[in-house]
Amino acid sequence: MSKESKISPNDILATAQNLREQVGGEFHQSLVEAIYTDATRIADRAVIRPDSKPRFDLDRTIDKIVTSRIFGFPLMILLFTIVFWLTISGANVPSQMLATLLLDNLYPWLKGVFAAMSIPWWIDGLLLDGMYMATAWVISVMLPPMMIFFPLFTLLEDFGYLPRVAFNLDNVFRKAGAHGKQSLSMMMGFGCNAAGVVATRIIDSPRERLIAIITNNFSLCNGRWPTQILIATVFIGALVPAQIAGLVSALSVVAIAVLGVLFTFAVSWALSKTVLRGEVSTFSLELPPYRPPRVWQTIYTSIIDRTIYVLWRAIVFALPAGAFIWITSNIQISGLSIAEWVMNWLNPVGLVLGLNGVILLAYIVAIPANEIVIPTILMLTVLGSGISGVGGGAGVMFELDSLSATLNIFTAGGWTLLTAVNLMLFSLIHNPCSTTIYTIYKETGSMKWTLISSFLPLIMGFVITFFVAQIWRLVELL
Amino acid sequence: MTEKSIETLPVTNENCATCPVHNAANLKKLGLNLENTDYVVALAGNPNVGKSTVFNALTGLKQHTGNWPGKTVTRAEGAYEYAEKNYKIVDLPGTYSLLATSLDEEVARNFILFGQPDVTIVVVDASRLERNLNLVLQILEITDRVVVCLNLIDEAERHGLTVDDRRLSRDLGVPVVPTSARFGIGMEDLLAAVHEVATEQIKNKPYQIESEPTEIKFAVNELVKQITSIYPDLPNPRWVALRLLDGDQEIISAVQNGEINGLVQAGVEEDKRIEFLEVTN
Repeated sequence: MSKESKISPNDILATAQNLREQVGGEFHQSLVEAIYTDATRIADRAVIRPDSKPRFDLDRTIDKIVTSRIFGFPLMILLFTIVFWLTISGANVPSQMLATLLLDNLYPWLKGVFAAMSIPWWIDGLLLDGMYMATAWVISVMLPPMMIFFPLFTLLEDFGYLPRVAFNLDNVFRKAGAHGKQSLSMMMGFGCNAAGVVATRIIDSPRERLIAIITNNFSLCNGRWPTQILIATVFIGALVPAQIAGLVSALSVVAIAVLGVLFTFAVSWALSKTVLRGEVSTFSLELPPYRPPRVWQTIYTSIIDRTIYVLWRAIVFALPAGAFIWITSNIQISGLSIAEWVMNWLNPVGLVLGLNGVILLAYIVAIPANEIVIPTILMLTVLGSGISGVGGGAGVMFELDSLSATLNIFTAGGWTLLTAVNLMLFSLIHNPCSTTIYTIYKETGSMKWTLISSFLPLIMGFVITFFVAQIWRLVELL
Repeated sequence: MTEKSIETLPVTNENCATCPVHNAANLKKLGLNLENTDYVVALAGNPNVGKSTVFNALTGLKQHTGNWPGKTVTRAEGAYEYAEKNYKIVDLPGTYSLLATSLDEEVARNFILFGQPDVTIVVVDASRLERNLNLVLQILEITDRVVVCLNLIDEAERHGLTVDDRRLSRDLGVPVVPTSARFGIGMEDLLAAVHEVATEQIKNKPYQIESEPTEIKFAVNELVKQITSIYPDLPNPRWVALRLLDGDQEIISAVQNGEINGLVQAGVEEDKRIEFLEVTN
């Protein structure tokens, strides 16, 4: 045997380690640069451009504006504000129409039918007051915004704008030690976190992909927009004169969304400095040509692929949740319903966090789907504060027609501005819904990362609401 | 119709065997008939440059094509017969780089690196040549049996661009065939070039990256020497060296426990992670 063959694999690794230190940390970068330099030179020699002065190029002109250092970010925020504003304002009317149809007309009619057939009260209650109401509420609140938001978002995608967003955010994400493409999965998360988690597949390295998966929860999803909008309208809007109430409450929702993005950066940065340390990978992102979006096809596919899919999921979860709420608020143990027992038990914890037992219980009930948080809170508050004359009785999910009636219920339940602010914060920062958790497990294949992704935001939510509550109360004392 | 009569066109004299016209007419699209393969051809390229269109044109299959990057996430296989040789052709997911590690790109990378195709066709978008060449240069680093398919020349012309394919071929040291797969333009030349490279009638002299800093060149050479002394059968010691220098944990442990030889096998077998990609959507 020759001397050479005495080298062991570990020698290779030692040599590699040595050489790596000599070459320095810029290895990957300089290798990629070398390839690019050569590619440019060869391409320049082979490509003949007849008119050396480039003609007016619409794509390039648009790119210069939307990815510019000055206008890039403001334009991005403006575009998304428009999308959200269209979604929020456009969804109101169809939402009310659906609510009128499903809750004001169909519900009493079904009640009548059940009564005529002399069906026992508990079957009627479980099916109609529990399951039907939960589903009807989810449909009337979720379907309209989704039918507006998803097509709008898909149109932006089809037009070719999203890769530009990734281009703009790339730098910030890199500084946070994460991957530039994370901006794309974050965008998807604004629709649905489960979809956002699946979208992280476009990210090259497992390390950066995990960061993207864990932080995706900080993108406000469809199920949480209604909560934000309602609370902002009822509490924040009420602080200012009526003329600007709409604008101010809309801005407070945007502020929460932006806060979520900031949390995404902060948590990505913290993860990449601690448990998920590593190099930031280089990536080339193709900026595809702008294409006129195929409007009808987009609307069709986004309704079929996204809207129906997400809605179906919500309904599947709302049915058992409705049944659960109805049962827990109708089974009594020593004079109080199960729901009331749990609420009373959770109340001290809730108050320390600037929330209350009702909200915490609602968030437990809403683990399968965030969409049902508000109806659950309203129903449980009525139950706990003993208001009579609203809603349909114990365990009935309902929507109140006027905002002032909603406000009355909240005040009767002991709510303050702090409760509202902390609810908005907690809605942004808490555990992902069960579908997202399941998707995370499927995508990572790791129980450890699934648990981290679930509990990290929940703990953060507790800590943040706790500190906000303490500081708030201190300031109030002064 | 006439195709049948052409297919049975008899070889009338010796020159026929090497005549492109005769052979092109003799292209037999074998579809999924993968038996008795003489040569394996890999179809690589950046996303959205028309790999699947080229694949369909050659095999007569109808792989779904689409106008967006990332359509193909798994490999598709098909076959054709040309000049009395059976070719198996493997359509790979689009990839920008062999250094990346995203799941779909890994499928392509592993096959080119370790599947040891006889010829690798790199499909490039003529109107975005510069960006596409990055991948070509990386592939030329690891294999010399390459044919560059300069696709979408029709689109390039519409943008007022002309690509000097002969100049490009000289610079890269491998055959460059201008094509427009959508309209079937240049397919005969492509088949001929692949055949010539497969049968080693052409000896390529692939371009090697020059702009690499000298310390990298030195480091890579040093490592390649050591790697080949332990793993003499490794098809791509140079790539392994690059990954080691980059600190790729997967490759580091593969070298340590000898599984690096197993990667050769992994490139041939169906990548298990593909299933992972297909779970949803």
